[in-house]
Amino acid sequence: MIDWMFHLPAIIVVIPLLSAIIVALLPSRIGWVCASISSGLSFWAAIALTAHMLDAGSLKRMSYFLGGWPPPWGIEFSVDHATTLVILVITGLGFVSTLSSNMLLFNDIHKDDRSRFFAAWLLTLGGLLGLVMTADAFNLFVFFEISSLASVTLVAMGSGRDKRALVAAFNYLVIGAIGATFYVIGVGFCYAMTGTLNMLDMANRLPLVTDLVPVYIGLAFMVSGVMVKAAVFPVHFWLPPSYGFAPMAVTSLLAAIATKAALYVLIRIMMTIFGGFPDMPLMIMQWVFIPLALMAILLGTVLAIYEKDAKMMLAQSSVAQIGYIVLGFGVATLAGVQSGFIHIANHAMIKGGMFIGLGGMAIAVAGKTRMTSLAGLGRRMPITSTGFLICGLSLIGVPLTAGFISKFYLVSAIIAAGYWQIAAIVLLSSALSVIYLWRLVETLWFAPSDQMETRLPEQAMIYIPLWILAIANIWFGINAGMITGLAKMAATSLFGGMS
Amino acid sequence: MSDLLLSHWNYFIVVLLMMIGLFNVISSMNLVKKLVGLSIFQTSVFLLYISLGKIESGTAPIIIKSGHDGHGNMDILYSNPLPHVLILTAIVVGVATTALGLALVLRIKASFNSIEEDEILNVKRAINSRSKSS
Repeated sequence: MIDWMFHLPAIIVVIPLLSAIIVALLPSRIGWVCASISSGLSFWAAIALTAHMLDAGSLKRMSYFLGGWPPPWGIEFSVDHATTLVILVITGLGFVSTLSSNMLLFNDIHKDDRSRFFAAWLLTLGGLLGLVMTADAFNLFVFFEISSLASVTLVAMGSGRDKRALVAAFNYLVIGAIGATFYVIGVGFCYAMTGTLNMLDMANRLPLVTDLVPVYIGLAFMVSGVMVKAAVFPVHFWLPPSYGFAPMAVTSLLAAIATKAALYVLIRIMMTIFGGFPDMPLMIMQWVFIPLALMAILLGTVLAIYEKDAKMMLAQSSVAQIGYIVLGFGVATLAGVQSGFIHIANHAMIKGGMFIGLGGMAIAVAGKTRMTSLAGLGRRMPITSTGFLICGLSLIGVPLTAGFISKFYLVSAIIAAGYWQIAAIVLLSSALSVIYLWRLVETLWFAPSDQMETRLPEQAMIYIPLWILAIANIWFGINAGMITGLAKMAATSLFGGMS
Repeated sequence: MSDLLLSHWNYFIVVLLMMIGLFNVISSMNLVKKLVGLSIFQTSVFLLYISLGKIESGTAPIIIKSGHDGHGNMDILYSNPLPHVLILTAIVVGVATTALGLALVLRIKASFNSIEEDEILNVKRAINSRSKSS
């Protein structure tokens, strides 16, 4: 049993990557079943890993090295509490959206193409997991590209319904490749100054470097490259079209987990690799992250209000929600980073659920997501629309939902750090987000529809995953201790690297 | 200035290539030219890494067996092989990116009947206004 535990970090990543190859070779009929089993196994392994990390109370970090080369020479998979939290979110949401994906795909993707579709799906999942797990700065770039190439393919598959998906996918590819290359330039500078690629080794050696200019240039390149991947405000523009034109199943996967892994890498760079520099990363977090996050929050919310397409509206709101996470990180106190991690987990549940619910309703109107075509669907599909509404209430942060916990921790962290003006902006944008959610509610429940007022058939494989997430939103809103506790341990382990 | 240019000429070439590539990605209207720019941009980073690995008067990093004992000769200076290995990986990633990009361009050409960004934008605008009026 101990042996199993020891290999878990590798197993979690290898399961989706290997089964991607297998699924690609299998007939399309069983593609979805295999993908569900594989992502479920990965989730189970992530739970086992979390339990193991919590069990061994004194165990702060688990290290796994591949190919028999011990770190700092070989590639290392490193697990601490921050890693387990993000791994748990990615595998969990990956599993739930895989469950709903087959129905959500509807006729977006031809039945014969589905095995290849699910191969790309699993590659995205495996790439994101590896991204979080790895402790090697260059290996991280490779996982970045695995996940981003696979997700570009997934976005491009939306071209069956709308050919604009191809242009969105192309832009996503080019911008993503530039971001990844920026990251590699940054790693190159740090490698030139320290001679190591292992993050912890680099963190130990960087403070010894005397010539700081290349190090700071490296930091700037790494941070701006990862910001592109995480869709932080000025470089977020690839996100709304990619999410808007991708097949609905793909949107529910990407919105829930894709940017979360990049956000985790962002805080990893700031607090682990550059943990030995007390002033410069802190300055970037306070003077770059906070203003950009505030602009993302305001701009994303306002653009969402004016959006006429429900899917685009939720994509714009994702930009704002990423802003909340970056804002929490930018405050750079223990409570701030904790609130960032809480919102990583909660936003994944919220947006994953909302996109699954929206997809479930859009199927009834041939996959259209414009507001006008969704009119009255709330009355006609009560099970799906109620689950959707619960996730939506969590998005704006109504008490007794998970979203309230995120907002509460974020605002108290900001006030504790002394930025009460910023707290006011956060509350204002929460109030503004009520407007766009209300527009959705009004369309779904109160708008007159030109069709008959009959109940529409609802798919169990859509509303069951949706309700899992809706109940999770309420459960973690009332019983918040689990997520906040994990997030606190995550933040503490990151700050441990700083001292 | 000229001293700096001579001693660090490899970095100047890297920066020049990087700017050419990035400029092409931003300014080209043609999607294939964009991908060419992206490739040049990535290649400049490959060069950056490879020139980092070169040690002055260092030889290729293959252990030269000396004399009868068969052990490596400690006096020989080797270049750093690690950047080469990293760039081998990065080249593979770059090829995959270009291949996927070209595949997308093919599909864009088939659906939009153009690979010029401004013409594609016109088609997109037409789609937008059509869906607005309906």
